[in-house]
Amino acid sequence: MSGDVTIHLDGVPRRVPAGVTLAAALCNLEHLAFRRDLGGGPRAPLCGMGTCFECRLSVDGVAGTRACLIEVHEGMRVELTR
Amino acid sequence: MRRRRHDVVVVGAGPAGLSAAATAASMGRSVLLLDQAPRPGGQIWRHRAGASLPARARHLLDRVRESGAVHAVATVVDAPAPDTLMVDFGGRVDLVHTAAVVLATGAVERLLPFPGWTLPGVTGVGGLQALLKGGLQVRGRRIVLAGTGPLLYPVAASLATAGARVLAVLEQAPFSAVAKFGTRALRDPHRFVDAVRWRATAWRSAWHHDAWVVRAEGGERLEAVTISVGGRERRIACDWLGAAAGLVPRTELARLLGCALEGEAIAVDATQATSIPGIWAAGECTGVKGDAAAVLEGEIAGATAAGDGGGMASRHAVARGQGIAFGRQLADTFALQPALRTRVTPEAMLCRCEDVRVGAIDPAWTARQAKLWTRVGMGVCQGTVCGVACTALYGWEPPQVRPPLAAPPLAAWARWLTDVDSPTES
Ligand SMILES: Cc1cc2nc3c(=O)[nH]c(=O)nc-3n(C[C@H](O)[C@H](O)[C@H](O)COP(=O)(O)OP(=O)(O)OC[C@H]3O[C@@H](n4cnc5c(N)ncnc54)[C@H](O)[C@@H]3O)c2cc1C
Ligand code: FES
Repeated sequence: MSGDVTIHLDGVPRRVPAGVTLAAALCNLEHLAFRRDLGGGPRAPLCGMGTCFECRLSVDGVAGTRACLIEVHEGMRVELTR
Repeated sequence: MRRRRHDVVVVGAGPAGLSAAATAASMGRSVLLLDQAPRPGGQIWRHRAGASLPARARHLLDRVRESGAVHAVATVVDAPAPDTLMVDFGGRVDLVHTAAVVLATGAVERLLPFPGWTLPGVTGVGGLQALLKGGLQVRGRRIVLAGTGPLLYPVAASLATAGARVLAVLEQAPFSAVAKFGTRALRDPHRFVDAVRWRATAWRSAWHHDAWVVRAEGGERLEAVTISVGGRERRIACDWLGAAAGLVPRTELARLLGCALEGEAIAVDATQATSIPGIWAAGECTGVKGDAAAVLEGEIAGATAAGDGGGMASRHAVARGQGIAFGRQLADTFALQPALRTRVTPEAMLCRCEDVRVGAIDPAWTARQAKLWTRVGMGVCQGTVCGVACTALYGWEPPQVRPPLAAPPLAAWARWLTDVDSPTES
C-alpha cells in the first residue's frame, strides 16, 4: 500500500502512511497517551492484538474503539480518550 | 438483527483456523471464517496490505480462497447456545447458526505486572511484534526485550531488520534448560534454519539468560529499565520494552461455551473434539506448540467438523502426538522462575482496567473475594490480562466470562435491540 492519508487527531489534521494500524500511526506521531488512568497516568498499547483494551479511543464517533485492530483511512476522526 | 446459517463456523484465522476452514470447505461444507483482525493470518502471519509473507502462509491463504470459505472481519461476542454465535460484524451484531464450531482462537501473552509497566512504551514481546507489523516505526529506537521461549527470536530479528537497536534480549529461563531444549528442538531442520537466521539477524544484541526486568521508569513515556541478569541489577536507557512471560491459550470463548479445560488449555481428544458436542478446537488455544502443529490440528478439526468420521485424525495421529510432545518440552523448559513473581511490589498495577494495585490484594483471598472487594478483573478486558497474571501469582482459576466478550460499540447493540425479530437469512 502506498501514499498517505489524513487523519484528524482531536480536530488537528495529520498525514500518516496508508495501511498502518491506528495504534502504530499514533505511536509514530509520538501520541503515546491513548487514554488516562484514574491517577491521570498515560496508557498506551500493550498487547497489540485487541485483548487488553489499553489502546481504546473514540474513532469516527465510536467510543471504545481499539486502535490496534483498525487501519487508518482518509478522513478518520480520532478523539484521544481523556 | 440478521440470522445467518453455515455448516461450519471457524473462529480465528491464524494457522489453525485457516487450515480448518480450507479443509472443511474443500469437503463441500459452507464455511464462515471469522477473525477480529483486519486481515487473515493470525499472530504469526499478521501483515499489512501488500506485505510479503512466507511461502507456507501464502499457500494456506490461497487454499482458503480457492476452497470457497467465506472470511469476515468480525468478533464473536457471545454464544447463547453451542450452535449459535453472536457476532459483531464491524458494528452490526448478527446471530450465526451452525452445526459445527471450530475454535482456533490462538494464544495471548502472559503479561505479569512489575513496577512501571503501565508506562507508554512498555508492551508485550509479541505485542511489540504486532505493533511493528501494524506499521510502528522503530528505526534507531533503543529496545529491550524480556520474555521467555522461542518467540524472542523472531521478534528480535524483525526489530533488528526494521532498524531498531535491540540493546538486550532477556530470557528468564536458565541457560542449562534452554541449551538442553535447543539441542533437541533444533534437530528439526526447519527450526534449525529459522533459529540460526533469526539469531544472526539480531547479532548485535546482548542475549542473556536467567534475566528479566525488575522495573520500568519514565514520566509520560518509558525512559529506562532496570534488569536483573543472573541476580545482578543494571539500568538501561531505552525507548521501548517488550516484556512478557510466555504465551497462554486464549480460552474465553471456549469457557463461555462451557468447554472443559485441561490446565489453561481447551481439552480436546485425538479428533480435536472438545467436551461439548459440535465444538472442536485447534491450534494454540489447545496448548502452545507453534504454528506447524496449529496447521496440522486445524486440518484434523476441519475434517472432523465436516464429518469425515475421524479419517484425517488417524492419518495424522503420529504427527499430532509429536506436536503435543514439543509443547510439553516448551512448557518444561520455559517454566517461570519464582523471581518473576517476587519482583512484583505492592505499588505495581495489577488490574490495568480498574486501577487495582498488587498491594490491594490479599493472596489468601479467593478470586471471587478479590473481585468483590477490589473489582480486580471486572474491567473492559474481562480479566484477559490480570486474570492470567492472578493465575500465575496466586494460583486462582481464570475469571468467569461474561458476554459480551468484547464490548461492541453501543450503536451495534441499539440496532440489535430494535431489530430482534427480523427473519432468518443465510
Ligand atoms: C501477540 C503475539 C504475537 C506473536 N507473534 C509471532 C511471530 O511473530 N512469530 C511466530 O512464530 N509466532 C508468533 N506468535 C505465536 C503464535 O501464537 C503462533 O505462532 C501461531 O500464530 C498460533 O496459531 P493459531 O492459529 O493457533 O492462533 P493465532 O495465530 O493466534 O490466531 C488466532 C486468531 O483468533 C482470533 N480470535 C480470537 N478470539 C476471537 C473472537 N472472539 N472473535 C474473532 N476472532 C478471534 C484472533 O484475532 C487471532 O487472529 C505470537 C503470539 C502472540 C500472542
Ligand atoms: S493494544 Fe491491547 S487492545 Fe489494542
